[in-house]
Amino acid sequence: MTPLMVVATALSSLGSNKLRASLTLLGIVIGVSAVISLMSVGRGAQEAITSSIESLGTNLLFVRPGATTQGGIAGAQGSAATLTLEDAEALVDPIFAPSVLAVAPELRTGGQVVAGRENASTQIVGVTPEYETVRNFPVESGQFISDIHVENRSLVAVLGSQVADKLFDLRDPVGQFVRINGRQFTVIGVLESQGSGLQGLLDDQILVPITTVYYRLASERTAQGGVSVQTINVQVASADEMDAATAQISTLLRLRHRINGEDDFSISSQQETLETLEETTDTFVLFLGAIAGISLLVGGIGIMNIMLVSVTERTREIGIRKAMGAKRRDILFHFVTEATLLSIGGGGIGVLLGILLSRLADGWTLGTQTFNTTFSGDIAVLALVVSAAIGLFFGIYPAMRAARLHPIEALRHE
Amino acid sequence: MIKLENVSKTYRMGSVEVRALQDVSLAVEQGEMMALVGRSGSGKSTMMNILGCLDIPTAGSYLLDGEEVTHLKDDRLAEIRNRKVGFVFQTYNLLPRLTAIANVELPLLYGNGRQGRKRSMAALDRVGLAHRARHRPVELSGGEQQRVGIARALVKQPALLLADEPTGNLDSGASASIMGTLQRLNRDEGITIIVVTHERDIAAHTRRIVTLSDGAIITDEPVLSPLDATEAERLGEDGS
Repeated sequence: MTPLMVVATALSSLGSNKLRASLTLLGIVIGVSAVISLMSVGRGAQEAITSSIESLGTNLLFVRPGATTQGGIAGAQGSAATLTLEDAEALVDPIFAPSVLAVAPELRTGGQVVAGRENASTQIVGVTPEYETVRNFPVESGQFISDIHVENRSLVAVLGSQVADKLFDLRDPVGQFVRINGRQFTVIGVLESQGSGLQGLLDDQILVPITTVYYRLASERTAQGGVSVQTINVQVASADEMDAATAQISTLLRLRHRINGEDDFSISSQQETLETLEETTDTFVLFLGAIAGISLLVGGIGIMNIMLVSVTERTREIGIRKAMGAKRRDILFHFVTEATLLSIGGGGIGVLLGILLSRLADGWTLGTQTFNTTFSGDIAVLALVVSAAIGLFFGIYPAMRAARLHPIEALRHE
Repeated sequence: MIKLENVSKTYRMGSVEVRALQDVSLAVEQGEMMALVGRSGSGKSTMMNILGCLDIPTAGSYLLDGEEVTHLKDDRLAEIRNRKVGFVFQTYNLLPRLTAIANVELPLLYGNGRQGRKRSMAALDRVGLAHRARHRPVELSGGEQQRVGIARALVKQPALLLADEPTGNLDSGASASIMGTLQRLNRDEGITIIVVTHERDIAAHTRRIVTLSDGAIITDEPVLSPLDATEAERLGEDGS
């Protein structure tokens, strides 16, 4: 039998029970379109996260203090207070650290903010003026924290857009007062919104001078006695100089801290964060795909089910075909082809439906979340291959049962 | 050209051995038209299954058209059936969703079937049903369905046409007509035909009657004056 004849025979027998064939097809269609649309949503989310991090600039390094050791027990990374404001300032050194363009130290603390009858619990971030450019936090109105504010430990605050909305609603917060942990601050500016998604978290914070946090809000003293910082954001001159900058920073800090053995700080890059995040989101996408894959599997079981029924119903036909000279292989091909046609057909329709669904879902807003979907051909190919494989896998057992039937018994079957 | 030598067939049904055929020897020459008769349980069906290469004997040997088929595996048997045996069944065994011509074409699918349509049409023409080629079995009368069955059996030019109770489901008019067709094919085209039946008057249309009882041949005698049904075929199945 030529392949064309095998396919024609399979189509004609599928056609003899159209309702059953289309319902079986539907199982695969739902499975494949679920895989495609869910994975597109996952990919979209992944891309949104990645691009929002990339928008921060990939030439950022983060210097954090090392872990504390108390009685031989190591604490978490960054728990020690070994980095100071002076350390940060020392990193801007054109001779010993030519790759470092700018630094922006920060010191965080939690705080209760009150404005009139409104109040909010948020992150208070102590920063220097460089923070605006290094972390790309432009002000929407008012001004950013200045060197004088840092020097004077001024009680001034720049509000994240979300905090501003919460406390002042539609009124202009600039020039108004807020109380942070009981102290009165003047609002000097409001930040531009950083956008939706993960970046939106950055809108829920208040920037104040780093010295103000250190002296007036929190009280973490360093061994050296300077103003301690939690993170030094380092802007590197270019993305190619990341390794050089890391080495320079490391050397400078080891000298300043007089370290011979283990570093009391750690340096990580935006790239590393991105990679970690990508790993996480990859898992997320795969997880979504796996959930949808279950429905594809159920569709495959549907095929097997219907093929088993079909083999039983068509026992006599199998007997007739065998009496006419069909070999085991011929019968096997008949049934495997039917199963595979069902799954590939379902897969094809499912891919189209999946693409349609993910197009429809693109830009769709649910609550505060906006779906971004990214469809890519590899998902479609994957879904098609998997559905074809499912057809083969679930079709082979019924087909083997059919092929093994003895012609005499099959002919006798009523 | 068909030669059974000391053929025995034993079935196992649980712990009981059923000896369906015992030491049967039979020779059928090319161009013969023979009837195999016997009551149910006489070993008739087993004999037909072996003759039709649907089954192999447990002992003895079977030579079909010069080929030893005694010890062949399933797929080789299928090949022999495809090339050398044409089956006509009591219940016609046509595939209901296929048209008459597609049913006739079926054996060609499993060989190297070239010019399938043309050969199938020629076969349908030989049984006088070319004008019904596009009809499905449900649209055909019993006699017509059986003719499609005969055309299907003929399409590969088999060495042996094996008809199992070919008139069992037909009224007397259609029965005579079908027997007439078989007689004509035997007489005009020299096709070897074995008719398995339990009806004496059907067997009387052949030229030799072999009677089986308890798995053994008890009589093997020529029919001196066979009934001629070729006229009935010409008149059609209602005899008018």
